[in-house]
Parts: sequence; structure tokens; C-alpha cells
Amino acid sequence: MQDNSKIRVVVGMSGGVDSSVVALRLKQQGYDVVGVFMKNWDDTDENGVCTATEDYKDVAKVAAKIGIPYYSVNFEKEYWDRVFTYFLDEYKKGRTPNPDVICNKEIKFKAFLDYAIELGADYIATGHYAQLTRDEDGHAHLMRAVDQNKDQTYFLSQLSTEQLDRVMFPIGDLVKPQVREIAKEAGLATAEKKDSMGICFIGEKGHFKDFLNHYLPAKAGKMMTVDGEVKGQHAGLMYYTIGQRKGLGIGGDGIDNEPWFVIGKDLEKNVLYVGKGYHNPHLYATHLSASDIHWVNTIDRGSDFHCTAKFRYRQKDTGVTVHLSEDGQQVTVEFDDPARAITPGQAVVFYSGDECLGSAIIDAAYNRERELQLI
Amino acid sequence: MQEVHVDNNQTAQEIYLDNAATTPMAPEVLAEMTDKLANVYGNASTLYGLGRQSHTLMENSRQVIADSIHADSDEEIIFTSGGSESDNTAITQTAHTRQALGKHIITTAIEHEAVLRPLHALEEDGFRVTYLPVDEYGRISLDDFKAALDDETILVTIMMGNNEVGSRMPIHEIGEILQDHQAWFHTDAVQAYGSLDIDVDRDHIDMLSTSAHKINGPKMIGFLYKREGVNFPSLIKGGDQEEKRRAGTENVPAIAAFATAAKILTPEAKAEKRERFHGFKNQVVQGLRDKGVDFEINGSLEGENLEHVLNLWIKGISTYVMQTNLDLAGIAVSGGSACTAGSIEPSHVLTAMFGADSPRIAESIRLSFGRQTTSAEISAFVDNVAAIVARLSHSEVK
Repeated sequence: MQDNSKIRVVVGMSGGVDSSVVALRLKQQGYDVVGVFMKNWDDTDENGVCTATEDYKDVAKVAAKIGIPYYSVNFEKEYWDRVFTYFLDEYKKGRTPNPDVICNKEIKFKAFLDYAIELGADYIATGHYAQLTRDEDGHAHLMRAVDQNKDQTYFLSQLSTEQLDRVMFPIGDLVKPQVREIAKEAGLATAEKKDSMGICFIGEKGHFKDFLNHYLPAKAGKMMTVDGEVKGQHAGLMYYTIGQRKGLGIGGDGIDNEPWFVIGKDLEKNVLYVGKGYHNPHLYATHLSASDIHWVNTIDRGSDFHCTAKFRYRQKDTGVTVHLSEDGQQVTVEFDDPARAITPGQAVVFYSGDECLGSAIIDAAYNRERELQLI
Repeated sequence: MQEVHVDNNQTAQEIYLDNAATTPMAPEVLAEMTDKLANVYGNASTLYGLGRQSHTLMENSRQVIADSIHADSDEEIIFTSGGSESDNTAITQTAHTRQALGKHIITTAIEHEAVLRPLHALEEDGFRVTYLPVDEYGRISLDDFKAALDDETILVTIMMGNNEVGSRMPIHEIGEILQDHQAWFHTDAVQAYGSLDIDVDRDHIDMLSTSAHKINGPKMIGFLYKREGVNFPSLIKGGDQEEKRRAGTENVPAIAAFATAAKILTPEAKAEKRERFHGFKNQVVQGLRDKGVDFEINGSLEGENLEHVLNLWIKGISTYVMQTNLDLAGIAVSGGSACTAGSIEPSHVLTAMFGADSPRIAESIRLSFGRQTTSAEISAFVDNVAAIVARLSHSEVK
């Protein structure tokens, strides 16, 4: 076996099964493995008690079992400044942000990477489901995971090759049941632990509405159709996402049993637009505009090219044509087939086969010339 | 399933420089403890042979302990579970016993939490506590002390030497001043006991706390000295052990081991330790200077200090990063008490010395020497710090 003992890999350990198996695999491969638990959100109780989180206890158990040193690092301030304020700002604009994309870009693969380098790391490793290939120049390319159900390249799409050059995704070649099996065989305490919800500040309970209301005062308003028919009250525009069906509280109208969906928001008038039917035409777009464009590898593909894209996590790819603006700051993405429920604030992520090319943040969706959602 | 497997890589500390946190047991202490654990198991309060055997061993040990601080009588020694219990007992029980005489207590801003937390609790019960400020060397002023003392003062609790920066307090002078005052004088001597010659009569000390594990003894054993005439009910209610001053079956093997550890510390042995540790301090300071490390001492090399404690401000490098890097290199130092959160509680001692805005609060480490510390280990520490500083200043990671 190759001697990896001089290569220090700092593993971002969350206390979950995925990162536990990452640490185990790297240790088995002979690397100099160091586990670090990242704390990004202050859940200190009202008595000011600095509480030991269950997750950190699990990190300690797993690290002791594997035989690696473990530490924790606090990025609460960085997370607040770089992720959470962005998250709130986006909601204030009536958009639906994706904090995990920004968390990866700013915290897990920036603040954490910097910290790991301070600890003498050659690489960091995480339990993300994604793969990396290195080209002849040694540069990393971001590839989809073997487990297509779990593939997380969507959330990693704003990383740069400079960041990825120092990253390992040691379980990207496994499917989730294999990961659990490995953890079980090794007797790791996290083998049967439930998967986390993702967004770290909301926690497992997921009282999202209460949480958001704590930071952003909700302003109730009218819920109406595009024809101006008032269908009820909304609790605050930020609580609704384009394409959402649940929680509207609109009863049947006695004509048909078609359910109602959120089809748009007007921030100025504080109106939530609803429409009937999953296939409501107001939910279908022909193209979108996006900014904050980020390419993993800076390869000249010309200003217009065809590839595939996802508009939200766990969605099938759609064929698209990308038109870059002259300055490269704006992008128009034209769909091969109309796409449903394009949501401003989410990422549009581009793929070429299994390679994740990069992403941009969606600003608006259009049906031919007409802008949707702000109807 | 719950098989315990700890790889040596995880725990092997090649160089242990955190002896103010705890110390390894001395071989003769370990031998005594092991022997007595195996052979002397009787309950010291019982009336049969095995009990008498334990009782005799305990009382012989009590005399050794009493002699180690020049106490008049072994009856003035109460065995406790350690420094925290001794401090809690001395403070809380005195306050409640003497509150008819006044409700004012004087202490310093840089006491151990085992002193500060009971005082905070007493403040909630209506007691008034004066926290004497310290200068940048961690020292209090006797003028401040005299000014704070009033007719209501019933207790003065001031540490003999500080655990984080090693500064010593003017115990003798305070004891003299309190000669003509009603206040009882308690001192937390947990850090000082292993290296200073303590004489409770010379310094007019009424109560004194120690802990065995700081002097190469076992953990969870310590004592509280209380002068004859200083009386209070037991903090822990229960049996009549320790002359009704501390309930609970005495841990006789640990008490015997504690006495063994105390016996090793003759005045000559303590003097030798002080000199050797002072040499280590100079070696660290000179070594870091020679290697161009930008640092300052929190405290002072001059004047009266605990010689086993050295607190360093390594400029520009966070406590946590330095401590973690040293740990990865097999060197154990202290970086303050850590939350599980990965943040370190800001040191109240450094805050009292330099203010909350000082960069020293987040960029300091404490090293503390022990009987096993060698000059070669100090050199290795210096080399590693210099290498870490060089690496971090070269890696432009931001």
C-alpha cells in the first residue's frame, strides 16, 4: 500500500455516519487523520450554558474508536456574517435562498479549509456525496456521486478548482447503504444515526416558520389569483415558495378538485398569487436569468453552449442552452422544454455528463417575453 | 459492542507541560496507593481490626499533612475530595455561620472558579463581595485591600498563587493586617502547596485549601486546614466522619498516598524544584527570543511567582490554533477551558490583567512544569512553537 502517513487530512466531522466513515476510510488508507467538528450556530441556552452537543459527543466516540485526535472549531461569527445575513437578505427580497450552497462556499470549503491549513493539513475531507477527478495539470474536476439519489454536487457547485485541489470526498464512490454497512461493521456509534436535515441553524425540529418569524417580522396580506380574485390571507410572503402546494388553506371551489399552488409574489403590494393545477401555465418557464455565476474550472466554452442543468436539488437534469452576457456577469438559460416552478434565490447548476461545471443564482424566470412570478 | 479501543496515536503525549492542570502520580505514591488499595480496605469508622488499621493509617497521614503546613494540631486537617470542595466549604460555610457579624467578603478578581462561583452564589443571597483588581502582572495592591476592609467583613479569601499566570499574593502581609480584625482568612493554596514552604502560623492563615493531584498525588483527595476555633458545619451532610466536619467514608488509600506525596516535598526538594523551574522559564524565554518568535510574558519573571507556571502571549496566533498544533506535535499545554463548541472561554485572569479588548486574551497559552519535565523537553517545546509560528506566518491562507 502507498505510504500516506505523511499526508495530513483534516476531516470535517459532523457527528453523522457519512463523515464518520470518511475518517475511518482515510485512517485505513494510512493517512495522518485529524477530526474536526465545526460549530456554526450558537444553540447556547438562555442560561448562557455552553452545552455539549450530542453531535460532538458522537464525534468523540467515533474518533476514539478509530484512533484519531479530534478537536472542534467555532465559526459562528463567520457563519452569521457570510451565510445567515445573506439568507435573511434573500428572504427580505422575497426570494428562496439556498444557504447550504453558500455555507459550502464560505464556511466548509473556505473558513474550515483555512483552519485546516493552519493545522498543517495537506487536504480536507468531508462526507459529501460527490467525486473528484484530477486532470493532467493536477486540477480537480467536480463529478457526480455514484449514488445518484444522494449526489450533492448541487450544493458544491459554487466551489472553485483552487478550493477543490485540497479536498477529498472519500465516500463519493459509495451508495448510502454501503456507508451504513461499513460503519456498522466497524462498530461506529453513528452507524444507525438518522440523517440530518441539512441546514444547520434550523435544527432537527424544523420549526421553520417560527424560526424565520423570529428574525424577520411577518407581514400578512392577500392571497389572490392573477385575475384579482381574493382567495384568502397569506401569513407573510417569505413563508411561501414558488410551486408550493401545502399550507395554503384554500378549500375546493366545487368546480373541480384541482389543488392550488403558489405561482407568484408581488413584494410591493404584499400579494401572494395562487393558481389552480399542478400544470398551471404560470408555473412554467421557457428561460431564466441568473447572476453570481461561478465556474468550477475556468474553461472557455464560448458565450453560448448547450449542457444540462438542475434548478433545485434532487431534480432530474434538463437540457439547456446557456447564453453568457458580454461581461460574463449575467447568464440567460434557455430550456429545451418548459420547466416548472423556477424559484428566484435557488441555484441553477450546470452539468456536462457527470461533471458539474458550476452554477449561478436565479434572479427571474420568464415565459417567452413575460416575467413570471412578479405578475 | 461497547468494547473500548483507544489507539495510542490519539493519546500519546510525548511532552507534558500542563502540570498546573494535574500531575502524574510519583512512583512511590502509586506504589503506596496500590498497596493500600489492595490491603487496607476497612472502613476507618469501624471498631474492629480492619477498621482500626485504616484509622491508624489515616491518622498517621493526617499528622504528615499537618506538619507539611506547620499546623499546630492534626485535628486542624479535614480531608476532602479536593480543592473545589475545600474552597466551597471554607467560603460557603463560613459565610452562613458568621453572617450575624456582617455580610462582606473580600477576594481577588483572579481567583479560581471554585472560589468565584460560591461567592457569586453568596452574592445572590445578599452578601457583598469585593473583587480586588490586579495590575498587569496579576498582583493586587495592599492599599486596595486595606481600603476594602470594613467592620462588616467576615471573610477574606485570597489565593496564595495564581494558576494561570503564577503571580503570588501578599499572604503574609494580609495575615498581619487581619490579626486585629474579625474576618477569617482563607487562602486557596492548590497551586502553591507543591512548591512553597507554607506556615499557617507565620502567615496567620485561618483556612487553607489544597489538592493532592497537583503534587503528584491521586485525584479526588485534598484537605482543608482550619485553625482551632474556626468552626462551621459540614457542607456535606451525613455521617460523623472528620469530627463531623465532612461526611462520607474516608478514602484511606488516597489519603495515605497523599501523605506520601507530601512527604517527598521537603523544604530542600521544594527549593530545588523552584530553582529548576525558574531555569525552565528562562530557557523558554531565551529560546523563543533566539528563534525570533514575537511573544510576551503574561506576568513577570521578576519578583515572587509560582515557578512552575509560565503564561505566554504568542502574538498573532490564536490560543486554539497554537494549542491544537502543539497537541498534534505531541506537546500538551493549556489554552484555557474550552467549550465543546470549539470556542474558548475568555480567561477572567487575563481579562482582569489586560482588559477584555486585549489581543492577549485570545492569543495566549500556559505551560506548567512538573517533576518529570526535562530541559530537552523545553527545547523541543521551543523548537515546535518556532516552527508553528514560521509555518503559519508563511501560509497566506486568508
